[in-house]
Amino acid sequence: MTIYLPIAELSVNIFVILGMGAAVGFLSGMFGIGGGFLITPLLIFYNIPPAVAVATGANQVVASSVSGALAHFRRGTLDMKLGLVLLVGGLAGATVGIQIFSMLRRLGQLDLIISLLYVVFLGSVGGLMLWESVISLRRAANNKSVSMRKPGQHNWVHRLPFKMRFKRSKLYLSVIPVILLGFGIGILTSVMGVGGGFIMVPAMIYLLRIPTNVVIGTSLFQIIFVTAFTTVVQATTNFSVDIVLAWLLMIAGVIGAQYGVRVGQKMRGEQLRAGLAILVLGVGIRLGFELVLPPDEVYSVVSGSFGF
Amino acid sequence: MRTAIFMFVGSLFASLPAAAQLADPTVTINEKFSERIDIGISTNEIAITSDFSGADITVFGAIDRADELLLATFAYDIVVALEGPRQSTTVRRKERVAGIWMNRHSIRFEPIPASYSLSSTRPLADIANLMELAAHDIGINNVRLVPTGVVGDGSRLTEFREALRRIKQSDGLYQRAPTGVQFISKSLFRASVRLPANIPVGPHKVRAVLYKNSQFVMEKVIPLRVVKTGLEQFIYNFAHANSLAYGLVAVLLAMLTGWLGSLIFRKN
Repeated sequence: MTIYLPIAELSVNIFVILGMGAAVGFLSGMFGIGGGFLITPLLIFYNIPPAVAVATGANQVVASSVSGALAHFRRGTLDMKLGLVLLVGGLAGATVGIQIFSMLRRLGQLDLIISLLYVVFLGSVGGLMLWESVISLRRAANNKSVSMRKPGQHNWVHRLPFKMRFKRSKLYLSVIPVILLGFGIGILTSVMGVGGGFIMVPAMIYLLRIPTNVVIGTSLFQIIFVTAFTTVVQATTNFSVDIVLAWLLMIAGVIGAQYGVRVGQKMRGEQLRAGLAILVLGVGIRLGFELVLPPDEVYSVVSGSFGF
Repeated sequence: MRTAIFMFVGSLFASLPAAAQLADPTVTINEKFSERIDIGISTNEIAITSDFSGADITVFGAIDRADELLLATFAYDIVVALEGPRQSTTVRRKERVAGIWMNRHSIRFEPIPASYSLSSTRPLADIANLMELAAHDIGINNVRLVPTGVVGDGSRLTEFREALRRIKQSDGLYQRAPTGVQFISKSLFRASVRLPANIPVGPHKVRAVLYKNSQFVMEKVIPLRVVKTGLEQFIYNFAHANSLAYGLVAVLLAMLTGWLGSLIFRKN
């Protein structure tokens, strides 16, 4: 059964789109991620124009992060104040990111930059996560205690000025690295169509030493607003948000996520992190091959509004 | 979806005054011949609905004042082409830079038909010679590709043109049916042209060209609009005319969906 996407201006198989949404929803529920880094490449792979895939991906992440953030809010694992500080940087970053996005599109290098960013970020984050989780899995096998956070151990981040107290996270931390982190993620959100959770979560844990239990909720909280902002700006500057496509992905994603959460609850933390690491690394390597291997067709045609 | 059928009555054409024919911009005539061609389709508008997956258009037509003997010996050939709206088009070429494949060269062309679906009584090469076909822009290889702006290295132009035609064909936007035009009686014919699922919206035109012993006789053009309808049209207009409101609606819809999702599955 086909459905016509009014903004992407092409017909797609509705079951392929629902299947993608459900599969990504399942993984995002299982690993506590937004899933933008999976959905955007999948859409591009399915011939959705990259501009539409990026903007629609951001829209879809709004839905999945609202779902997730609400669950964390009920459990009290969301630091609103920290989230708001992150958001200040995030919105600024998203504004800059949209300008970069439009510029790259004009230059005809958007797909290259998107792929490069994916390869670099997914590859490095996935690699680091895999390394870390293999070490913890081995420790767990030797019955040693596993601790993500080493209290009392400070790094250069904690010597910066403009400190602020974050009660829920039990932290006294400079706002500079928080805003900078938000800013960087904001740029990635608008250029790559991702929430950026897969970068933000490790950065918050390892760099800012924020307790693991509030990290996911807080990052989801700020992702809601940065992706919402990105969606609106993409809609007004590039007219590239396809509401029909986004909604199909959301519906399937929200349902898939519920099953993912159940599976995730049965797994141990280190196993989950190793699984996510393999997933992230796998997508990164897959995209990396595409950049390096000779393409079947070296020419590409741009016509109409969304071609590249 | 199958779109049909309108029957053209051949004798109608003969009764039209000659002056009106000359003033008609949709008609091109080679005055050496007396034969005339006319075509009709059931609708001048194709609606893209939410389940649109391409369409077959049936064009009916007739040859008027045709020579009986020549009809019997298949001396007449008809080419029916459906041309999409013209879009300026850029072709880019990837090259390997530091081990990575990236777009390096590009050539921009003057507006070309976004889609081109061709149907004929015989393969084009059998109908007329290349010069003749090119003179009337008939055939995928004769779609005019004129570069604009700074072309730079002109030696690559041929490759870029070939690539453009190749990609358009592999996308299904340019296609041909070499035996898609069939005579259903001595002078009445029927042509099927295929609209692909990714057909661009906008003004299209149906061109019917008559050949007699490989010589151009007459061309007739009728317009065909491809439009979005209903919800699709509404969403598209909304997204372009009120983009801020559209963006906000998209965000609200996402928040609502996420919230409902967490509500429905909360107990589990």
